Amino acid sequence: MSTDVLTLGKALNEGLRRALEDDPKVLVMGEDVGKLGGVFRVTDGLQKDFGEDRVIDTPLAESGIVGTAIGLALRGYRPIVEIQFDGFVFPAADQIITQLAKMRLRSQGAIKLPVVIRIPCGGGIGAVEHHSESPEVYFTHTAGLRVVACSNPADAYAMIQQSVRCDDPVIFFEPKRRYWDKAPVDRSGEWLPLDRARVVNPGSDVTVLAYGPMVKTCLEAASAALEEDRSLEVIDLRSLNPLDIDTVLESVRRTGRCVVVHEAPVFSGYGAELAARISEKCFYHLEAPVLRVGGFSTPYPANRLEEHYLPDLDRVLDAVDRVMEW
Amino acid sequence: MTIDSARGAPSTGADDASGTPEASPELIQLLTPEGERVEHPDYPLDLTPDEVRGLYRDLVMVRRFDMEAVALTRQGELGLWASLLGQEAAQIGSGRALGERDMVFPTYREHGVAWTRGLDPLKVLAMFRGLSNCGWDPAEHNFHLYTVVIGSQTLHATGYAMGVQRDGVLGTDKAAATIAYFGDGATSQGDVNESFVFASVFNAPIVFFCQNNQWAISEPLEKQSRIPLYRRAQGFGFPGLRVDGNDVFACLAVTRKALEAARSGQGPMLIEAFTYRMGAHTTTDDPTRYRLEAELEAWKLKDPIERVKAYLVRNDLADTEFFDEIDAEAKQYAADLRRRCLELPDPEPMAIFQDIYAEPHALISEEQAQFAAYLESFETEGSGS
Ligand SMILES: Cc1ncc(C[n+]2csc(CCOP(=O)(O)OP(=O)(O)O)c2C)c(N)n1
Ligand SMILES: [Mg+2]
Repeated sequence: MSTDVLTLGKALNEGLRRALEDDPKVLVMGEDVGKLGGVFRVTDGLQKDFGEDRVIDTPLAESGIVGTAIGLALRGYRPIVEIQFDGFVFPAADQIITQLAKMRLRSQGAIKLPVVIRIPCGGGIGAVEHHSESPEVYFTHTAGLRVVACSNPADAYAMIQQSVRCDDPVIFFEPKRRYWDKAPVDRSGEWLPLDRARVVNPGSDVTVLAYGPMVKTCLEAASAALEEDRSLEVIDLRSLNPLDIDTVLESVRRTGRCVVVHEAPVFSGYGAELAARISEKCFYHLEAPVLRVGGFSTPYPANRLEEHYLPDLDRVLDAVDRVMEW
Repeated sequence: MTIDSARGAPSTGADDASGTPEASPELIQLLTPEGERVEHPDYPLDLTPDEVRGLYRDLVMVRRFDMEAVALTRQGELGLWASLLGQEAAQIGSGRALGERDMVFPTYREHGVAWTRGLDPLKVLAMFRGLSNCGWDPAEHNFHLYTVVIGSQTLHATGYAMGVQRDGVLGTDKAAATIAYFGDGATSQGDVNESFVFASVFNAPIVFFCQNNQWAISEPLEKQSRIPLYRRAQGFGFPGLRVDGNDVFACLAVTRKALEAARSGQGPMLIEAFTYRMGAHTTTDDPTRYRLEAELEAWKLKDPIERVKAYLVRNDLADTEFFDEIDAEAKQYAADLRRRCLELPDPEPMAIFQDIYAEPHALISEEQAQFAAYLESFETEGSGS
């Protein structure tokens, strides 16, 4: 039996375990990932089973963690780095953006840097400041990095292993408020390629594009919309860079309407890229402009305000209404 | 108990960094865990009985306030709490050494220092209740915002101190020192090391106050350092010393001297307050996963409050009545604080758009208006149906 039900966190844990088993060059490193098993327990039990040389509690320094991961990769290892929370990736930004992303080019293709950087992202858990951010566009904007976001346990299990096997650096976003969601996990190894989007709810009226934590919100919106006889096609983008634009365009050409949803601020957000690309590639199929639903152009607010900040079912449906009534 | 607790880092002399303070001759101590006063040639300290009783009161009050915050979190009234349990002496001692003009740059655990600056603890509770992302004016008590991103504030403190230096007030009665608080884990961050470099090169009037509470969440000190932290200062070119962080007298005396040196233009100093995080890292943490109960038991014997109490009793400076009074005061204070915390109003949704820019900003105004209209659409829907 290769299918059973796991939480998203546990699916990642098992995916990491498989990666460590499959290749002795795979390492896990970060703050509190060893004995504690990570603050979300995603690396629980791995140090016990694979030892301190392969599952490494590092000093408290994100630039140091990513910088040394690059060095380990240069020596033939495949490090999986954990950044404890989204807001703490910034001390490592220099190593990621100026070094990790560009070293292959600078070596004229001689170097491969198979480094995975896992980042729990997004809000909705009532956390203090810097623990609820959505920093994906800083990385999608940086050529040389692959950027993916899982949204459910099955993808978490598969995508983490695919990312580890990838010879490019991968920024791997984990929707922290979905860590406890349960769903069946397919262990067959016959998975959708890492860089492909998936239609998670087929529909005909409006295409709704989402990734990471917002996929579930959009699926709920699709169920609610059905009561008003509206059929939403929800696409989980999964990979943000590269973007599987063909799957997106195929859908929008059918529906003629599109709403993009993410937690990050709308202004200069990933939705801007999608809206521009869709307008350019299927302008004559569109019945309405592509609308974006996301966070405000403000810092992530204190947690008593986050329910107002975060896009929810109502905000998605409001945008659906607007594209339908255009 | 964790299964592999015996598996530490390869032996690298790391014992040096985390070893018991008693074993180290460098540890500055003025009050033993048993409450015995010891003299130190470099740190004479003359406290009046009232002053000692005042310190005792401070310690008890902040511990009680902290306890109340933990309870409020357990009851769902705060989102999170980072307890200072065990670190009261380090915070009260250093905090009471500060002059009014001195400036403090705290982490997220400096509730005791906040107390010494006169910041209403309610403001700290409000932040952890999720009402704001800090929410006090640093200038009001010369107490900067809490900083959650590990180590960042040490650079701000250094820059602030460079500003004081440029004001030309050092050595005068307008002189001000700056104190930067941070933890043992923070010493690994680039920002902290860079702040040491800047402070050293510019001879900035700053005191680096590191509370080495032995843990950075689940990571013990040997994951951060092979040498005692205070010795790092030497490599950067300024003095460093280690003080018994559970000894409020020593923390007071040592910090006072370091602040005076900074104010008179003698430059930076690193103080490593050797202490222990008696509680969990925060209320979401479970320390039984990574540390041994025995360690906690050993540190209980070095409690920062008990030793001052023992000193007061031993020297006939306080009687049962005094201790009872303080306990009653603390209890009442905590009850009031709890009541005031529960009365705090939730912020208005529109607060999301406030205080982001000093100057008007078109996009923010536009989004604010749109969101107001959106919220209103529900109200009209609701009243219409
Ligand atoms: C840049 C950054 N990385 C990671 C974290 C998550 N984090 C919060 S507290 C902490 C440990 C801090 O240890 P230490 O400096 O010893 O201070 P203590 O909590 O013991 O007072 C970590 C890793 C953070 N807040 N900021
Ligand atoms: Mg610490």
